Amino acid sequence: MKKLFCFLLACVLSFGCCACMETDDRVTINVYNWGQYISEGNDGCIDVIALFEEAYPNIRVNYVTFDSNETMYTKMAGGGITVDVIIPSDYMVGRLIEEGMLLELDFDNIPNYKYIDQRFRNTDYDPENKYSVPYTWGTVGIIYNSKYVDEEDVTGWELLWNEKYADKILMFDNSRDAFCITQCLLGYDINSTDPQEFLACAQKLAEQRPVVQQYIMDQVFDLMENEEAWIAPYYAGDYLTMADENEDLCFYLPEGQGFNTFIDAMCIPTCAKNKKEAETFINFLCDPEIAGGNMDWICYGTPLSAAKEYMDPEVVNDPVAYPDDEILDRGDGYIALPRSATRLMEELFMQVRNGIAVHLPKKYS
Amino acid sequence: MKKNKSLLLSGPYIAWMVIFTLIPLCVVLFYALTDVDTGAFSFGNIENLVLYLPAFWRSILYSVVSALICLVIGYPVAYYMAHCRPTAQRFLYMLVMLPMCMSFLLRTLAWVGLLQDTGIINNFLEMLGLPRLSLIRTPGAVILGMVYNYLPYMILPLYAIIVKIDNRLIEAAEDLGCNSIQVFARVVLPLSMPGILSGVTMVFVPAVSTFYISNKLGSTDIVLIGDIIERQFKQGDNANMGAALSLLLMVLVFVCTGIMNRFGSDEEGGVLV
Repeated sequence: MKKLFCFLLACVLSFGCCACMETDDRVTINVYNWGQYISEGNDGCIDVIALFEEAYPNIRVNYVTFDSNETMYTKMAGGGITVDVIIPSDYMVGRLIEEGMLLELDFDNIPNYKYIDQRFRNTDYDPENKYSVPYTWGTVGIIYNSKYVDEEDVTGWELLWNEKYADKILMFDNSRDAFCITQCLLGYDINSTDPQEFLACAQKLAEQRPVVQQYIMDQVFDLMENEEAWIAPYYAGDYLTMADENEDLCFYLPEGQGFNTFIDAMCIPTCAKNKKEAETFINFLCDPEIAGGNMDWICYGTPLSAAKEYMDPEVVNDPVAYPDDEILDRGDGYIALPRSATRLMEELFMQVRNGIAVHLPKKYS
Repeated sequence: MKKNKSLLLSGPYIAWMVIFTLIPLCVVLFYALTDVDTGAFSFGNIENLVLYLPAFWRSILYSVVSALICLVIGYPVAYYMAHCRPTAQRFLYMLVMLPMCMSFLLRTLAWVGLLQDTGIINNFLEMLGLPRLSLIRTPGAVILGMVYNYLPYMILPLYAIIVKIDNRLIEAAEDLGCNSIQVFARVVLPLSMPGILSGVTMVFVPAVSTFYISNKLGSTDIVLIGDIIERQFKQGDNANMGAALSLLLMVLVFVCTGIMNRFGSDEEGGVLV
């Protein structure tokens, strides 16, 4: 009797299993994006993914995050994963195009592309607008806590080297952004490929290491909001998110020095399995109403002027999110560097991070 | 016939070992000996290992210190456990195991929350009107993290050995005129040597390759070899250098455990004589 019962139970269970497998015929798309980079229904903002799944009941979104372009690249280059939509930054889009890792988009499936502002089309990284659709744009500056940092010290990038604030300074944990800061400080071009300039930057970064509390990416939110750290270079949009939590936080773009302006763009990599659904997702994010709601939470600049009328006017008028053109002129975008330069930069950055003597590899000396 | 049968039975594991241990080891060796850009055979990665020696020594120092602290803390606990009533033994055993049921990443993060400048301990001190302490990002914090995470690996093997020590041997030593210190030094300690050795090995090996603890609890100057290897793969996009570092770490671990086992077998031999 007991055996029979067990047998029946097993039948019921396995039947249940088959049944649920049959009913879920939705297509799953894997979206790979930066951490804290989409509105998920917090703080009274919209839940973009839930709205998408509501609008397209046959598509399910599997959302995964990365913390830097480099981590994302390493994972993609390693192979063995399926990703349908990625949102890397400009220079990484350029590199992925160059290495043949992106698929051309079918713009018939992305009619909302018409809303993208003219100045975000025909960019350096994707001159013919074949592979990418801009998601956001922004600047990189310094966030500091006005409670602890003296106003007179707030000048340029050199604040990040100030020994007065040793152990309270955070630094980017990715080579491109970290090098960009030293390049701006030393007055180099941020798209230079000169090995000697790289070496000088790496030495400057090694000099900074003793005062750096941690090399971080997304952990910056917690550390700055809780005042565990007082100074951090980061993306302007994220500053606005942090400032909501801690009113003492301030942001500035260094006076008289350069800084990075970036565009993050949506692309479909060659390992995608559901291209059409991925394009549907990209199109959905370009809907002005959705984009506006999304930007209200992530606070980055939107490349769709049409979205601004759906946004919180406070964000639209914020000079940190949308600086004057005059200030923006001081900024500079990244372009994809040749592979050898990228590798040298990463190697030097690893030397800094690993605390070993900074030196150029043999082939450069 | 009998031999064939046992070979047949161990077949699945041998196949497993070949596929998931030997072949990957060859892949590691292959990567370590090829250039990252050209893929050509080169000793470049091996030559570069010299640069990382300070990090290797630092890792070994930290893990040896942690293993010794674990031993000093763990031995009395294991001894006490072994001499409790069986129900109490089971309960204590479970208590020692309990933290291991939670992810080690989570436990380390919990220490960050406790130790950091704006953390629970410092907030509590401030509430009492005491000055704040800089606890996190010090060598002590890294050692604390290692000891906390790996202590069960020390206590459990020690307990397993001590609980088996025949009480009659201790009684015999006492009858023959040993005082309690002599009983411990000449009977209990030598008999628990296998437990000490496996405990020290089981703490040392994961500690020497640890990567998350030093990153979270240490300062930017305390870079351990595990962190470096992780970074080579995850960020640096240089699997070849990572493979060379892993290879050296593996060799070092083998040498260290080899030395310890040799030391151990001498001791055991001494006991037998």
